[in-house]
Amino acid sequence: MSKEFIKGNEAIAEAAVRAGCRFFAGYPITPQNEVPEYLSARLPEVGGHFIQGESEIASVFMVFGVAATGIRSMTSSSGPGFALKSEGISFLAGGQIPAVLVNVSRGGPAIGTIEPAQQDYFSAVHAPAPGGFRCFVIAPQNVQEAADFVYEAFDIADKYRTPVYVLADGMIGNMMEVVELPKMRDLAELPSNDSWRFNKYNDDGSARILSTYMPMGELMQKKNKEMAAMYEAWEKNEQRWEEYMVDDAEYIVTAYGSSARIAKSAVKELRAEGVKVGLIRAITLFPFPKDAFAKLDYAKVKKMFCAEMSIPGQYIYDVQNAVLGQSQIIPIQTSGGVILETDMVVAAVKENL
Amino acid sequence: MAKIEIDKEFCKSCGLCVKECPKQIIQIGRTVNSKGYNVAEQTDESQCIGCKLCAIVCPDMAITVYK
Amino acid sequence: MEKIYERVSFTSKTSPTGYCPGCGHGTAHKLFARALEHFNLRDKTVLVYPVGCGGLAMPWINVNVIGAAHGRAGAIATAIKRANPENFVISYQGDGDLAAIGTAETIHAANRGESITVIFINNANFGMTGGQMAPTTMLGQTATTAQSGRSLEEHGAPLRMAEMIATLDAPKYVARFALHDAKNILKAQQGIMKAVELQVKGEGYSFVELISMCPTNWKKSPAECANYIDETVLKAFPLGVFKDVK
Repeated sequence: MSKEFIKGNEAIAEAAVRAGCRFFAGYPITPQNEVPEYLSARLPEVGGHFIQGESEIASVFMVFGVAATGIRSMTSSSGPGFALKSEGISFLAGGQIPAVLVNVSRGGPAIGTIEPAQQDYFSAVHAPAPGGFRCFVIAPQNVQEAADFVYEAFDIADKYRTPVYVLADGMIGNMMEVVELPKMRDLAELPSNDSWRFNKYNDDGSARILSTYMPMGELMQKKNKEMAAMYEAWEKNEQRWEEYMVDDAEYIVTAYGSSARIAKSAVKELRAEGVKVGLIRAITLFPFPKDAFAKLDYAKVKKMFCAEMSIPGQYIYDVQNAVLGQSQIIPIQTSGGVILETDMVVAAVKENL
Repeated sequence: MAKIEIDKEFCKSCGLCVKECPKQIIQIGRTVNSKGYNVAEQTDESQCIGCKLCAIVCPDMAITVYK
Repeated sequence: MEKIYERVSFTSKTSPTGYCPGCGHGTAHKLFARALEHFNLRDKTVLVYPVGCGGLAMPWINVNVIGAAHGRAGAIATAIKRANPENFVISYQGDGDLAAIGTAETIHAANRGESITVIFINNANFGMTGGQMAPTTMLGQTATTAQSGRSLEEHGAPLRMAEMIATLDAPKYVARFALHDAKNILKAQQGIMKAVELQVKGEGYSFVELISMCPTNWKKSPAECANYIDETVLKAFPLGVFKDVK
């Protein structure tokens, strides 16, 4: 294990290489530029390939093509880039092709701003593209987690043969922190993909066809059901969250990513002033950590707060869906690149004691 | 001495071989294949010179040429 | 007597392609399948298919194939070849796929000089979706979305992709052939052999445009389509080799 003082985007890039990523295609967009910049030099060092595509949609399909040959592949971008990549993400899901997608998100919509925000939640978690599929979505709150989650994302992607979507933001991408980088994987240890990669002929000599087109509704419905069953398995086995001082809490603040880190500071400050408040931080966004909210004692919890950097709120919908009306949920929101602050959370809780 | 064989199930009755044959000894016949196409057929094998033009122009590789 | 012309060895032995009678896609497939057979490439081949009629031979071709999203074959072919240089990569696309939605991917793959072979079927319309105007639809030619015919003022002139690609530095072989009669098909076969050989020797990017008949949407018999190509289409799309770097 090696400790380094490193920028988020570069930690993401290095973690991918250490996870066995040997292909990246991407396109310049702030605030994720260091990811392609870093990998353009680093990937050739490990026998990998880097391409700066002519657009985000070209880049995501480059990843689709190479991932379909069984090579661990990744792309990164920010909100506007993910709008262009959506069709490629749909192909990754529909083609059951493992890949890692990193969104270092920024203020939106449209060009928006280059500052951090959490306004890509719905598109990441509920509909990365038309077609009703989901991605496995995981949200780091700091540079260490950005590296760890990207590293782990490749295993999750292979395990389920799905695109895994790491939803970070401009703050995480551009902050420098001390990080322990994961160890370099030996490619020989990675799971074999000869059973599905399309550029290999079957044992009987017949060809493999990787097509996401289905000639009949029944065939598409069958695949849709298989994918739905996979999502249920995620919800059963892969929910992940962090609880902080929840056991005796009368007030709960919930958030994900950078907002959760800020909210935690507020919780500590409030606790120091004797307020019984706790934090639930969603780590996987899909599968959404419903269980964290289901097991709360709503007789004891007076009010809940949902802190996110998105107006209108998005994460709050899933929280409401998990809380099922058993508690009032008060939004604490900034948007467009305005960064949430600890004082905002402290003030919002105090106003509603 | 030459002749052609037309695979009944591969012929789509497009007529390009009929147009191309320098000896004009291919025609669309009355035989119908499983897809409902009237299949092309060679009318006079004795005149076939094995020039292969019919096979070259056939989009579906329905024609095998012997010489 | 012995066989002097027979079907390509690895394509389907039981049923023909899904193309309409007389369609140029069938002929084009025959030509590149023949080249794969000639250079014994079938087992290494990765075929990148478009969205459109071009993909209708997927079960027939019996070669490892990946279905690209509309317009993205150039990017997919680029990346697969880079990461898997031992594969022989063909990007097979129609005019909607390559020259409309996929123009950027087409031009940038060519400009990077990727060691792939692009086979571009130009039948001057969007075939599968029923004959809409394509970037290659000719002036005066009607289409379901240009019912009084393409006009320079409203739609601009048809794109000549081969000439455009030939202006780029990296491509090694760029040519346009036609598939409407045996003489032209034989020339096209030679061109495709040359393009395939370039990739086999790892010498870079080749682009072969093939003027193809579309009886269904041109509303002509295959034989009439052949005459239409001679009389009209070849005036808008002159045949020739536009680049041939030794």
